[in-house]
Amino acid sequence: MILVVLAFVFWIAAWGLNGYLANGPFAKQPWVSIAVPAIFGITILVCWELIVRGAGVPAVILPPPTQIASTLVANLDVIWGDFVQTFIKGALSGYLIGCGAGFLLAILVDRYQFLRKGLLPVGNFMAALPIVGTAPILVMWFGFDWQSKAAVVVIMVFFPMLVNTVAGLRDTTAMQRDLMRTYGAGYFQTLFKLRLPAAMPFIFNGLKITTTLALIGAIVAEFFGSPTRGMGFRISTSVGQLALDMVWAEIVAAAIAGSLFYGAVTFLEQRVTFWHPSQRAKQ
Amino acid sequence: MKHLLPVLTVVIALLAVWYIACIPMNVKEVLTTAERAGVPIDPPSAAERRDMGHLALVLRNTDALGGSWSQDRARLPSPHQITAELWKSTWEEEVNGRRGIVRSGSLSNRSLIYHGWITLSATFVGFLIGAGLGVLLAVGIVHSRVMDMSVMPWAIISQTIPIVALAPMIIVVLYSVGINGLIPKAIISAYLSFFPVVVGMVKGLRAPDHMQLDLLKTYNATKSQTFWKLRLPSSVPYLFTSLKIGIAASLVGAIVGELPVQRGGLGARMLGGSYYGQTEQIWAALFVAAGMAALLVWLIGWLEKRTLTRMGMLT
Repeated sequence: MILVVLAFVFWIAAWGLNGYLANGPFAKQPWVSIAVPAIFGITILVCWELIVRGAGVPAVILPPPTQIASTLVANLDVIWGDFVQTFIKGALSGYLIGCGAGFLLAILVDRYQFLRKGLLPVGNFMAALPIVGTAPILVMWFGFDWQSKAAVVVIMVFFPMLVNTVAGLRDTTAMQRDLMRTYGAGYFQTLFKLRLPAAMPFIFNGLKITTTLALIGAIVAEFFGSPTRGMGFRISTSVGQLALDMVWAEIVAAAIAGSLFYGAVTFLEQRVTFWHPSQRAKQ
Repeated sequence: MKHLLPVLTVVIALLAVWYIACIPMNVKEVLTTAERAGVPIDPPSAAERRDMGHLALVLRNTDALGGSWSQDRARLPSPHQITAELWKSTWEEEVNGRRGIVRSGSLSNRSLIYHGWITLSATFVGFLIGAGLGVLLAVGIVHSRVMDMSVMPWAIISQTIPIVALAPMIIVVLYSVGINGLIPKAIISAYLSFFPVVVGMVKGLRAPDHMQLDLLKTYNATKSQTFWKLRLPSSVPYLFTSLKIGIAASLVGAIVGELPVQRGGLGARMLGGSYYGQTEQIWAALFVAAGMAALLVWLIGWLEKRTLTRMGMLT
């Protein structure tokens, strides 16, 4: 009971500290914008730990963060194997194939107005559908191993990528295109020197949206059948064994993988589209 | 309507590809069936056929492929088989079936209407909870600098992680504390639609520029007046955009939430179909899910159009 009270005290103290940092004399310092969310995150973890231990919540309902962390460290090799199976083999290969295919089809679609008018509404429609539902079918076709997961990821990332790239390729003004024409530039010169660079912000938007979709697709597809490794497999079997600390450890691993993946694409975006106003404002 | 012809062309082309794809996808089962019916097949033993490529089999047995589009439990059922399954598991099951609503007075547990309704109700409840909480948190974030700085980075990071992975655990944990049925699925749905709504709504509430905010300051408007008369109205377009994303995510959440506990719903139908090799059942459930997603997004779009027209933001 004391621990629970302590949790509330800690919460109020941390909230007060954050309030002071955000509104007080240091509010304009750059480190505050990192410190405040960090303090908030730590507060949640500490309160979680204290309340779970203080109120005696059984570990099969909610394990405390320290237990999750120790499970994560103790099973690092298992989780690494799951990560390779799900992320590197399933999600990443599907992501590359799907985004590549979406990009190439977008260039083709952009060339022919008839195709654009026909495919874009269909693509927009498909992008809103619950495509994870195709997972059981694809598992049946491509077997239990990573190929079926990659196939689910390909379908999931394909349409958002297609729609974004087509939108990006249309993002040049008539003035710019006229200028290219006065230079006597052909289709491919215009494409590579003007339209593709101009489309980059949209393309990266598509690439960023689809990072999350790729991981979701790979994990959910494993719920429908997988070899005896993989993040989705580990989550569903550990839930069955009520080993919730393992489930949370996998989720932490998946969250880190997802954030790093997103961060890597964002880093690439900053390198490629350094000229865009939204990137210049940060420098 | 100028899009109608190109869209129709693309849809027809997709259907044509589908029908053609049925031939190599189903060739092995079709040839086995034909062999049993007494038709001579090129490599006569099933063991030889097993190791051959699908296309090679198609080319060597061009005259025995008539069953490609009517095979039971086909690897790829043809569109008309799926349509027939849809009709059978909705209208036929409810109107003529022994368990249907006409004979028994309650929806049949074999019909897609029943399973679709289970999924749809969880989606709706979850979406309402998630969107409501999302809007409330967004209002808090816009008005409190502490909340903005503490919560907003986490809300953005949470969009980059696969939250769906939590679904089986939420279901099982809530089940063990005695909560089952609609609520656990609705919680997953709420969770998935929550963050897109927060992020979109914060963007919307921040949409008014300095000129407009300054104008209200010269009017001596209070904070709540600024909120009701400027911030809230200007956030509406952003809200609807994120609601569309949120409701699609809610539906995915409800379907995934039905996987661990086989108690009805489209997700349960899909998993059950994949256990028993009932491909038509999977496809039919998938099409119902797709139709529901389209309907839900269209519904939000319709509300958006009406609201924006009434507000005078859409001409």
